[in-house]
Amino acid sequence: MAEKTGLYSVKFKNPVNIKAVSSVVGTKEAEGPLRDFFDIYVNDNLYGEKTWEKAEAKFVKKAVGEVVKKAALTPKNIDYILAGDLQNQSAASCYGVKDFSRPFFGLYGACSTFGESLALGSALIDGGWGENTVCGASSHFCAAEKQFRFPLELGNQRPQTSTWTVTGAGAALLSKEESPVVITGITTGRIVDLGITDANNMGAAMAPAAADVLLNHFKDFGSKPSDYDKIFTGDLGTVGQELLINLLNEKGYDLSPNHSDCGILIYDGKKQDTHSGGSGCACSAAVFSMIFKKLLDGEYKKILFIPTGALMSPTTVMQGENIMGICHLIKIERRA
Amino acid sequence: MGKRDINKSNDEYAGLVKETSPNSPVVKNCFRAFVSGGIICCIGQFLLNVFSSFGMTAESRNTLVSVILIGAASLLTGLGWYSKIGKLCGAGSIVPITGFSNSVTAPAVEFKKEGFVLGLGAKIFIVAGPVILYGTLTSILVGIIYYFVR
Amino acid sequence: MDYLKAFAVGGAICVIGQILIDKTRLTSARILVVFVVAGCIFGGLGWNDRLADFAGAGATIPLPGFGNTLAKGVKAEVDSRGFSGALTGGLKSASAGLTAAMVFAFLSALIFNPKEK
Repeated sequence: MAEKTGLYSVKFKNPVNIKAVSSVVGTKEAEGPLRDFFDIYVNDNLYGEKTWEKAEAKFVKKAVGEVVKKAALTPKNIDYILAGDLQNQSAASCYGVKDFSRPFFGLYGACSTFGESLALGSALIDGGWGENTVCGASSHFCAAEKQFRFPLELGNQRPQTSTWTVTGAGAALLSKEESPVVITGITTGRIVDLGITDANNMGAAMAPAAADVLLNHFKDFGSKPSDYDKIFTGDLGTVGQELLINLLNEKGYDLSPNHSDCGILIYDGKKQDTHSGGSGCACSAAVFSMIFKKLLDGEYKKILFIPTGALMSPTTVMQGENIMGICHLIKIERRA
Repeated sequence: MGKRDINKSNDEYAGLVKETSPNSPVVKNCFRAFVSGGIICCIGQFLLNVFSSFGMTAESRNTLVSVILIGAASLLTGLGWYSKIGKLCGAGSIVPITGFSNSVTAPAVEFKKEGFVLGLGAKIFIVAGPVILYGTLTSILVGIIYYFVR
Repeated sequence: MDYLKAFAVGGAICVIGQILIDKTRLTSARILVVFVVAGCIFGGLGWNDRLADFAGAGATIPLPGFGNTLAKGVKAEVDSRGFSGALTGGLKSASAGLTAAMVFAFLSALIFNPKEK
C-alpha cells in the first residue's frame, strides 16, 4: 500500500510499474528535435478526419491502442482507462477511448492532465483495482486555438510570451507486472494563484504552482534538486522556466543544473518560431516517450516529472478572472 | 502558509513576470506594419486612379475599391494565406479594410463545421460584430449631435 | 506623388495600431473597434475628409476610413431626411462594404476548409 509522507505526498512500498509508453504526434512536432522518440507521426493534422476535434480523438485512440500493443496486451487486459484533454467536456478523450469499451474515467487538469492521470492510475494499481491501467492525455493546436483564442485564419500576431499547443496524444500503461521503470512517489499539487490574467503568458501563471509542488516535495521527501538526474516540468516554456528557477532560488534551491521543460524540448524554438515553447496536455504526454526511453536505457536513474497546468475557462478569462496554476509531481526511478 | 511556501504578493510577482517576459519587437513590428499597410493603401490608390480614368464619381470609386479589397482579402483568408501575411505584417494587415474582411471570413470558414446556421451563421461576426455595433452606435450619436449643431 | 502620400499616411495609421497591440496587449478585435469609433468621431468633426483629400486611399482604406464613411452617411441623411437620418445614415453608407464582407465570407466558407497556421 501507499504510505502518506509529509503533508502532500505518498510513497509506494511496492512501486507502480510503467510497462509501456506511447506517443502519436502531429506534423510540427515531427519536424522538431524529438522526432525519433515518437511512435507515430502524421502527415496531416486532420489525420484523415473531417474536423480538428475528431482528429484529436483519433490521436487518443492511436496512442491508447499503441501502448496496449507495446505492452503485448489486448484491450481486454486493461482494467481502466484514465484520460483527459482541453476540449469542452473532454470530448476528445471520450470519443477516442469509446471503441475500446473499457471502464473509463475522464479527467481535467488542463495541461497537467497527464500528471493527474499518472497519479490516479498509480493509486488504482496500488489499491488493487486491477492489473493494468492506461493513463493518457491529448491536445490539438487547431482545436485549442478555436476553443480558447481566435479562428485559425485570423491574421494576428502571437506575443513573445505565448506558447504553441502541441498536437498529439501520449499514453502510459501502468501495471502490477514488474518492469524496469517504476513510479515510487507522488506529490499532489495545490491550486496556486498569483494574480496572472494574461492568457498569452501561461508560463507565468503556472510557474508558482510548479515551485509550490517542488517545495512541498523536497520537504516531504527530505530531498533536494541534486538528488535527481533530471527534473522535467510540463509546459512552462522559456518564460515559465526562468520564473520557476527564480522562485526556487529565493527559497534556497538551485534548479538550474538539472531542470528541463518538455515545452522547450519539443520544438526548436528559433527554427519553428514557437516563441516561449510548446504547451497543451500532449506536450508532457508526448515528451514522456523520450523520458521513458532514457530511463529504460539507464541514462537517468531517478527523475521528477511534473506536468504543469493553467486552470481557467474561455469564459472566466473574458470576465477578467485570474488564471490559476496546478502541477502534479510524479517521482520515477529505474529499478537497480 | 509555512515559511517554505511561495509567499510573494501578486504585485511582487507581477513585477518579476514583467522583468522575465520578453517584449514584442516593437520597432521591427512597426516598420513591417508601416510598409505593409502603406502597400495595401497604394494598391487602393492604384485602383482609385484606374477607376477615375473611367470617369467614375468619387463615391462609387471608393465603394468599388473597398469591395475589391474586401473580396481579395476574403479569398486570401480562405486560401490560408492571410493568417501568414498577418503574422508578418501585424497591424499593417489588420487596420486596413482587408483586415476587416479577414475578421469576417476567418470565423465563417472556421465554424462552418458546426453547421450553416448556428456555426457559420451565428459566429461569422464574433470578431467583426463589435466593430459594426459600436461603429453604428457612434454614427447615431454623431447624427444626433449634427442635427442640433449643423 | 499621390502614391507616396497614400503610403505614408496609410502606413502611419497602421503603425499607431501596431503600437497599441504591442504596448497595451489589446486584441486585434479591440483595435478594430477603437479605430472605427475614432474614425466615426473624426468624420463627424469633418477631419477625415481633409485627410482624404490629402492622402486619398491612405485615409480611406484603413478602418478609420470606414468610421468616416458611417459619419459622412449619417450627416448626409440628416441633411436630407432630418432627425430620423441619424438612425438610417450609418448603415446605409456602410452597406456596400458590409454586404461585400458577408457575401465574400460566405462564398469563401463554401469553398475552403480551415487550415493550420
